Amino acid sequence: MRRTATRRMTARWAALLGVLAAVLLPCAGFAADAIVIGGKIFTESYVLGEMAAQTIEAASSVPVTRKLGMGSTGILFEALKSGAIDVYPDYTGTLAEAILKRPELKSPDEIRRALAAMGLTMSGSLGFNDTYALAVKEEFAQQHKLQTIGDLIPIEATLRAGFSYEFMDRKDGYPGLIDSYQLAMAPQNVSRMEHSLSYQAIDQNAVDLIDVYSTDAKIKKLHLTLLKDDHNYFPVYQAVWVARTSFVEAHPREWQALRSLEGKISEQAMLDMNAQADIQKLSFDKIAARFLGAAAPNSHGWLKEVGIRTREHLWLVGVSLLFSVLVGIPLGVAAVRFPAAGQAILLSSALIQTVPSLALLCFLIPVFGVGTKPALAALCLYSLLPVVLNTFTGIRAVNPIHVENARAFGLNRRQVLWRVVLPLASPTLLAGIKTATIVSIGTATLAALVGAGGYGAPIVSGLALNDVRIILTGAIPAALMALVAHGVFEVLGIVLIPAGLRRRV
Amino acid sequence: MLELQNIYKTFEDRLVLADVNLLVPKGATHALIGSSGSGKTTLLRITLGLIPFDRGYVKINDQALLSVTQAEWADRIGYVPQDGGLFPHISGRNNVALVAKLRGWRKSMIDDRLEELRKTVDLDPEILTRFPREMSGGQKQRVAIMRAAMMNPAVMLLDEPMAALDPLIRRSVQQELKSIFQRLDKTVLLVTHDLGEAVFLAEQITMLHEGRVVQSGSFRDLLRNPANDFVTQFINAQRTLTDAGEVQ
Repeated sequence: MRRTATRRMTARWAALLGVLAAVLLPCAGFAADAIVIGGKIFTESYVLGEMAAQTIEAASSVPVTRKLGMGSTGILFEALKSGAIDVYPDYTGTLAEAILKRPELKSPDEIRRALAAMGLTMSGSLGFNDTYALAVKEEFAQQHKLQTIGDLIPIEATLRAGFSYEFMDRKDGYPGLIDSYQLAMAPQNVSRMEHSLSYQAIDQNAVDLIDVYSTDAKIKKLHLTLLKDDHNYFPVYQAVWVARTSFVEAHPREWQALRSLEGKISEQAMLDMNAQADIQKLSFDKIAARFLGAAAPNSHGWLKEVGIRTREHLWLVGVSLLFSVLVGIPLGVAAVRFPAAGQAILLSSALIQTVPSLALLCFLIPVFGVGTKPALAALCLYSLLPVVLNTFTGIRAVNPIHVENARAFGLNRRQVLWRVVLPLASPTLLAGIKTATIVSIGTATLAALVGAGGYGAPIVSGLALNDVRIILTGAIPAALMALVAHGVFEVLGIVLIPAGLRRRV
Repeated sequence: MLELQNIYKTFEDRLVLADVNLLVPKGATHALIGSSGSGKTTLLRITLGLIPFDRGYVKINDQALLSVTQAEWADRIGYVPQDGGLFPHISGRNNVALVAKLRGWRKSMIDDRLEELRKTVDLDPEILTRFPREMSGGQKQRVAIMRAAMMNPAVMLLDEPMAALDPLIRRSVQQELKSIFQRLDKTVLLVTHDLGEAVFLAEQITMLHEGRVVQSGSFRDLLRNPANDFVTQFINAQRTLTDAGEVQ
C-alpha cells in the first residue's frame, strides 16, 4: 500500500524523535562509584574543594568526582544529606546558623555534636577564620574617616550598600548587623546582588559598602578597607570539612587524609591562594597542587573541556526537549478537547514558568537529589509552557470548517487530529518547540549550580573568579548552540511543515 | 434516492426545523433554497450526519442514517463544501485520495479512479499536483467534486456551489457543472440561496422558510401556483436582481 503524504509526515516526526534519541544516548555517560567532592560558588570553596580532591587522590585509589561551584549552602547541604556529594568545605558559623539553625552554638565540639544528630560530622578547623566583614574603598574610608563599622552611623542616610542575597537573609548577616550597631540605612539604598557582582559594583562606585569574606583576594586587588567589627558581632567562621558520618565510616583512610590538613592553612596562606586564583588567574588545581607540594593533575585542554561541557549541555537540553514534546503536545491537545481541564493545564504550566529557576532547583533537590536529575526535571518543567501553549493556540487557530468537513468525509476523531488538525497546527507547534529549545539552552547554564555541568560550569566559576575569559568559554558555546538550534529548526520547518502551508520563497 | 421524512430539530428549546420532508429520486437534481436563517444549513448538517435531530429519518436508497456508522454514511453521500473546502496543507491529488487511502485502497485502484473522475470533471492533470492556494475558484470546485465522488456515493450534496465564484465566470461554470452532473449520473442535492442557480441546475426545488417547507415542486409550479405570499416575494426579489444582472 502506498504511504500517504500525511503518514510520511508522521514518519518524519517519528524520525525526528529517533534522531534526537540517537544524539542523546552517547551523552548519557555517568561516572562510576566515586567519592564526590562538593563546593560552593566562590573562589575559596573551589580552592578548598580542589585541595580535598587532590588529597584523596594522593592517599587512595578510589576515583574522585569534583562537583565544585554548586551554588549556595542550602543546595550543598541537601546534596550532602541525599548522598549526591560526600564531602565539602564549609565554615563553623555557617553550619551553626544556616544548617543547624542554632546560632548560639559557638565551639566546634558543640557544633559537631549537633551535626551528629543529623548523621553528619565535621573535621577540626583547617587553620583559618573566614568571617563576614564589611568593606569600603580606601579613598572612601579616608574621606569619611572610617575605621570601624560604628563609624558608618554619621553617613548612614546617604550610604549605598550592595549586599549578597545570603548576607541579607541570614540572621547573623544584615538583620542582626543593623540591630547590633543601631545602623539606619535607607532601604532604597540597600541593593541585593550576586556576591561576585558586588565587587564590580563597588569598583565602579555604584555602591559604597559591600559584604566580603575576610580572606577574599579581591579585597587586595580592588584596594578595599575592612571595617573593624568592634562589637564582635560577626560569628567565627572556621573552615572545616563536612561529611556524612556513614561516609567517614566507609572511607576511614580518605577521611584521615583530609583531616591531615587540619590547622595547616593559615589566614595569610588562604588569602594568597585566593589571590593566585583571582588576580594571577592560576587554575584551581594548580593552586591546590602548589600548596600540597604535589604536581597538578593533568588538566584537560580547553577543547576537550568544551567537548565535555557540550555533551553535558546537549544531554540537558535534549532530554528536556524530548520530554516537552512527548508530554507537552498531548497536554496541549487535551487542553483543547477538555476546556475546563485545559485552563488548569495552561495555568499550571504558566505558574511553573514564574518560579525563579534557582528556587525551582532548590525545591527539586529534596526530591531528585543533586546533579543531572533535578536540573533535568527543572528544564523539563520550564520547556513545557511554550510547547503546551503553542499546541493549544495552534489547534485553536485551525479553521473549524476543516474539522467539520473532515468529519463529513467520514474521518474519525483520531484521523481528524492526525490528518487535519495537527498538520494545520504544525507551524505554530514547531515554533513552540523551537522556543522551548532556545530557552532550554539558556536556562541549562544554571544547571551547573546543582552539579549537572554543562556550559554553566565555566560561567559559574568565571563569575566566582570575576574572570570574563572563563565566563566566555561557557557563554560563547551556549550562544553558538542557540544559533545552531535556530538553523536546525529552519531545516525542520522545511521537512515537517506540510508543503501546502509553507511560505512561498 | 435521498429521503428526508418528518425532520424536527430544536436548539436550546428553539424550534429550527419542523416537519421537513424532502424526496430526491435516483438520478434527479434537486435544489434546497432559502434565505439565511431559513434552517437550510442545519438541514444540510443533519443530512451529512454531523448533528443529531429530534424526530424523523434520513435515508439513502432505503438505508437509514442512524443504522450505519459515520464513515459508512460518509461513503454514501459525497459532500462538496462551500468554496470547495479543500484541505490547504495537502495537494489536490491528496485531497481527492485522502479517504480512499484511509480505507486502504491500493494505489492502482486510486490512480484509476482519479483518472476516471479527472476526465469526468475535465481537469488538467497538472492542477492535481497543486496546493489549493495555487488553484482558481473553478479549479478548486472541480477538485472538490472529484473528492466528493471518489468513494462512488449514491448522493452528492453541494453547499452553495456558486457562491464563491467570480460573477464573470459564473455562467460558464454553471454550464459545466450541469454537464458534470449529467456525466456523474448521481442523485444530487444542492443547497443555495440563489434562485437563478437553482432553476438552472435543478429540476425540482424545495423552498425552506423559518424551518418549514413552504413549497416543493418545479420552478413553473412555484411561479404559477405559489403556496403563499412569501414564495411570490422571494421569486420577485431574486428575479429583479437577475434581470438587473442580465441588463449589465
